[in-house]
Amino acid sequence: MEADYAVIGGGVVGLSVAWGLLRRGKRVTVLDGDDGSFRASRGNFGLVWVQSKGMKQPRYASWSQQSAEAWAGFAAELEDGTGRSVGLQQNGGYDLHFSEETLYATVAQYDALKDKLGGNYPYEVLGRNALSREEPHIGPKVAGAILHHQDGHANPLRLLVSLADDVRRLGGTVLNGKTVTEVSKPDAFKVQCSDGTVVTAAKVVLSAGLGAMELGPKLGFKAPVRPQRGQVLITEKLPKLINRPSLIARQVDEGGIQIGATNEEVGLDDSVTQPGLSGLAAEAIAAYPALARAQLVRSWGALRILSPDGLPIYQESPEMPGAYLVTCHSGITLAAAHALFLPDWLEGTAAAPDLEVFSEDRFPVS
Amino acid sequence: MKTDSPFLELADDAPRVRVWFDGQPLDLPAGANLAAALLAAGVQVFRHTPVSGAPRAPFCMMGACFECLVETGGRVQQACMLEVEEGMKIARPHEAEANDAAL
Repeated sequence: MEADYAVIGGGVVGLSVAWGLLRRGKRVTVLDGDDGSFRASRGNFGLVWVQSKGMKQPRYASWSQQSAEAWAGFAAELEDGTGRSVGLQQNGGYDLHFSEETLYATVAQYDALKDKLGGNYPYEVLGRNALSREEPHIGPKVAGAILHHQDGHANPLRLLVSLADDVRRLGGTVLNGKTVTEVSKPDAFKVQCSDGTVVTAAKVVLSAGLGAMELGPKLGFKAPVRPQRGQVLITEKLPKLINRPSLIARQVDEGGIQIGATNEEVGLDDSVTQPGLSGLAAEAIAAYPALARAQLVRSWGALRILSPDGLPIYQESPEMPGAYLVTCHSGITLAAAHALFLPDWLEGTAAAPDLEVFSEDRFPVS
Repeated sequence: MKTDSPFLELADDAPRVRVWFDGQPLDLPAGANLAAALLAAGVQVFRHTPVSGAPRAPFCMMGACFECLVETGGRVQQACMLEVEEGMKIARPHEAEANDAAL
């Protein structure tokens, strides 16, 4: 047998898990898709984000917090291994509001979540004046913001490259351009690809994003994931204009301002639309009027991977023990948890995190 | 004004028109590609990057790389996508803002 683990999916989620397993001495083969695959890892917004997650499921909030807390150490280790930065900044982030009504409605929800988290939910409400002191370029239409101190952002493309490099440096095998067609378990797992490649492994991790829609049921998972499109824009590189990220806009480490993002249920269509992009631009200019003079250099669409309740799925296959489904919407935020904590769950050690609420038991049989 | 330039200008019958780059007058062929005309006139640094301040000049000359950005007409634009027009005032992008911030 070639590998202890075959990881199906070479995006940020699969590579984070692979990196964590290699770090513990496991032999890992990653099967990555091709340029025709939908690659959320190459189109996302790069937030390492805590606020607003898990409003209905505090365990999701705390899992995101655990990952955010571990991110700095994770980034430092990756940087040691690769010699390159992943651009992590964790100085807090904003939920910007254009009306006090929505601001305080959100605050009430955060208060309730804070109680369930035993008080560990460090945020403050900034009115217009306080926000203007933090963000001199904020526009007059912004009523205020929630500043959450556990939020931040990173450079997601640098993260992807660093993970792919460090997985190889740690002795992992990454096979690109592979489409997995069948997984069987005659004895060990046998993963077959459309080009005839066969990988055998003791365990399998399915972290193929939307690829799980087709592959999941073949491995005994429900895998009820669907695409949700996000369109984004990026400006020319600009002098410092925005200090902290928000869901509306963030200034990346390279100087450009990334503006996001739509939420559209349009199936497997990752194209951009004029109304989608215009709406994003208008909202960003309302938040930061100086952006009206910025030149846009690119726009693109990417597909989120969403479960019915928006939470991650961590599930061992009931039909094929040793096969695990790992899928989530927030692969950047959860990268540290996937790298540092998930291996204990896959290995079944005493240190395994409690991921019970993320099992597929929560979904009705279809 | 003609300073040393590693670029050769093709013979061009177009009339010369006066433009200003970074406050300096230049007489460039009307209707020429602005990035090419500035290079031929000896401009070597079109801008400085906003993050590290590194000098930049045209690279692709076909609208893809965004290295040749200049500020003209109140907007930051790709010089390789513009034509020389009489009276153009061309500045290095965002330098005025940077100077404001320094004060």
